[in-house]
Amino acid sequence: MPSSNPAIDALVNREYAAGFVTDIDAETLPPGLDESVVRAISAKNQEPEWLTAWRLDALDRWRAMQPPRWAHVAFPDIDFQAISYYSAPKGERPKSLDDVDPALLRTYEKLGVPLHERARLAGVEAPQADTEGLASRGPAAPVAVDAVFDSVSIATTFKDELAKAGVVFCSISEAVREHPDLVRKYLGSVVPKPDNFYAALNSAVFSDGSFVYVPKHTRCPMEVATQFRINAENTGQFERTLIIADEGAYVSYLEGCTAPMRDENQLHAAVVELVALEDAEIKYSTVQNWYPGDEHGRGGIYNFVTKRGACLGARSKISWTQVETGSAITWKYPSVVLRGADSVGEFHSVALTHNRQQADTGTKMIHIGPRTKSTIVSKGISAGHSQNSYRGLVRINRGAAGARNHTQCDSLLIGDHCGAHTFPYIESNRPGAVIEHEATTSKVSDEQLFLCQQRGLDAEKAVAMIVNGFCKDVFRTLPMEFAVEAAQLLEVSLEGAVG
Amino acid sequence: MTLLAVENLHVEVDGKPILNGLSLAVPAGQVHAVMGPNGSGKSTFANVLAGRPDYTVTAGSVAMDGEQLLDLAPEERARKGLFLAFQYPVEIPGVSNMEFLKAATDAQAKAAGQQAPSAVEFIGRARQAAADLRLSADFLKRGVNEGFSGGEKKRNEILQLLLLRPRLAILDETDSGLDIDALKVVAAGINAFRAAHNAVVLVTHYQRLLDHVVPDRIHVLAGGGIVRSGDKSLAHALEAKGYGWLDS
Repeated sequence: MPSSNPAIDALVNREYAAGFVTDIDAETLPPGLDESVVRAISAKNQEPEWLTAWRLDALDRWRAMQPPRWAHVAFPDIDFQAISYYSAPKGERPKSLDDVDPALLRTYEKLGVPLHERARLAGVEAPQADTEGLASRGPAAPVAVDAVFDSVSIATTFKDELAKAGVVFCSISEAVREHPDLVRKYLGSVVPKPDNFYAALNSAVFSDGSFVYVPKHTRCPMEVATQFRINAENTGQFERTLIIADEGAYVSYLEGCTAPMRDENQLHAAVVELVALEDAEIKYSTVQNWYPGDEHGRGGIYNFVTKRGACLGARSKISWTQVETGSAITWKYPSVVLRGADSVGEFHSVALTHNRQQADTGTKMIHIGPRTKSTIVSKGISAGHSQNSYRGLVRINRGAAGARNHTQCDSLLIGDHCGAHTFPYIESNRPGAVIEHEATTSKVSDEQLFLCQQRGLDAEKAVAMIVNGFCKDVFRTLPMEFAVEAAQLLEVSLEGAVG
Repeated sequence: MTLLAVENLHVEVDGKPILNGLSLAVPAGQVHAVMGPNGSGKSTFANVLAGRPDYTVTAGSVAMDGEQLLDLAPEERARKGLFLAFQYPVEIPGVSNMEFLKAATDAQAKAAGQQAPSAVEFIGRARQAAADLRLSADFLKRGVNEGFSGGEKKRNEILQLLLLRPRLAILDETDSGLDIDALKVVAAGINAFRAAHNAVVLVTHYQRLLDHVVPDRIHVLAGGGIVRSGDKSLAHALEAKGYGWLDS
């Protein structure tokens, strides 16, 4: 339904730029899920017996589970036998960048993530020091990229350079072969197979994903990133990411996601596990731009994702930053289990929903160790007929003496047809723990719009600016280059939202 | 040359007539004050010139430099050089004053087919203007009007006036809520802005701003129209005798 302000409508209804399809010969398993499919995926990845058994166990557990129904989202039941669980470009897996199909290289080029070992976004410059909010720009720093296309990783850049620092960055299928001890030790250690319905499904059928290991007392010399791309029709993407920061290590990891525009819904059920040992720090940033469906709610990705980090060591730190603008439905709660004494968990989120999008997203902070600290900053923006929910759990266990949490949860409404909801859960078993929760709900007001317009800005630019201001606390935590991308994405996603 | 020409303007808000045939002409290079009792339609007049939604023009015309304004969107009027200093400036949290000012400057430069100033150049300009208005250095970094005192908000409007350099400035009760020191700073800002090629419409309830910004003409608005016009001595007569004097 059009809103009263045509400028706002125009703003929210811009085209989804990543909606193209790459024409490539693919090898796709027929729809359906049973033991033979799991074995076939395992065989394609040349996996050892223990992993095949692990997957089959997950399949058994999954069969006994029901999809979660508690989220504030509505969609018809998914027919899990109608989905294909594996699709990959035909032929040998490329051994190096030179072997990669040019059509695939062009796909990533088009997405703004060229797969060569020059600076990411060549020609575009990353912003540097901020002067009173005015971004000035300098040369972009290189970023190592793992490109995952449908079910497989097709290329990983800067591997050699990272290897010099002792950092392992590769696809998880390669890690299973090259670093079996690490994978076996940590896979499923943070998100156990039966954790939830979609995690169990992922454990059975995950096909690829990224693996990062940063050795003791090593600062990863560059940002590492994975670009997920769904291309094939009627196919789910089930990737698995495992990041391990050993004692005193530091890594900043970025994740981007896009998919073609299609009238059917597609399932994306990923699992991400982070492990931080003593004094280690992992910074995980996501810009999620899966196809959101059209203005009538046709098509779009079901983004049902389990992300969790374990602060195992003392003084370790894990921070999640997510900018969620895509997907028809988002169901994800990047969480931190704060086991090590004095460990720190952070969650910074911008979730924007528009048209008929639905998001139920938030975090869990589980305080186990003494003096553990967590911070939650959630910014939800609802436009069109969308529904946007924050759901967050803060649990303080008995042993978490001196634990602290601060939650800031803000909602911004654009127009009169959308909804914003907040579901905070607080469980404290430790007297003396400090838990603070602040929440606000506001609207982009006609007064704000008029002020901007009176100064010469059009309504679209004005809304984008107001929303960006609302998100500033979260964007500040993104790596510079990503922050610019996120702000632009927000602007595109809001097209037509004024009204 | 007439910069602003308002003829027979009729305006309704929620179906209720507020302005009933207001006419006013402001030549370039002049400052005109529009005074009047509360509820006389002063703010309606200021806002309708800027194109605020919710005000319905039922008759009349408004032209700036001979060009009709009433069919233009608020941002188009702004880009043609119309500026409104708000009576109650609204907050835009998280958007820094500097960012906001630069975006506005760039949008207006673009519309005029001019090159936008570089960030460095603009920052220098903005800092100078802030200093002239005795605003502290961190003022430009703060969110637009976010947590500003009443006086700071009004000075911020003048800061925008000085940076955007419009052709026509309409100041809606910019003097209200200012202490005498702030009033002098604001008046100095307005006087610095005055030039042969622009014009100012001061909408005010009180005469005190007019001691510092001396108007070329004063118009008294009552019952939805201009009931009397005169030179600056009219303000003193109003101050001494009150608006009731006009009815006698």
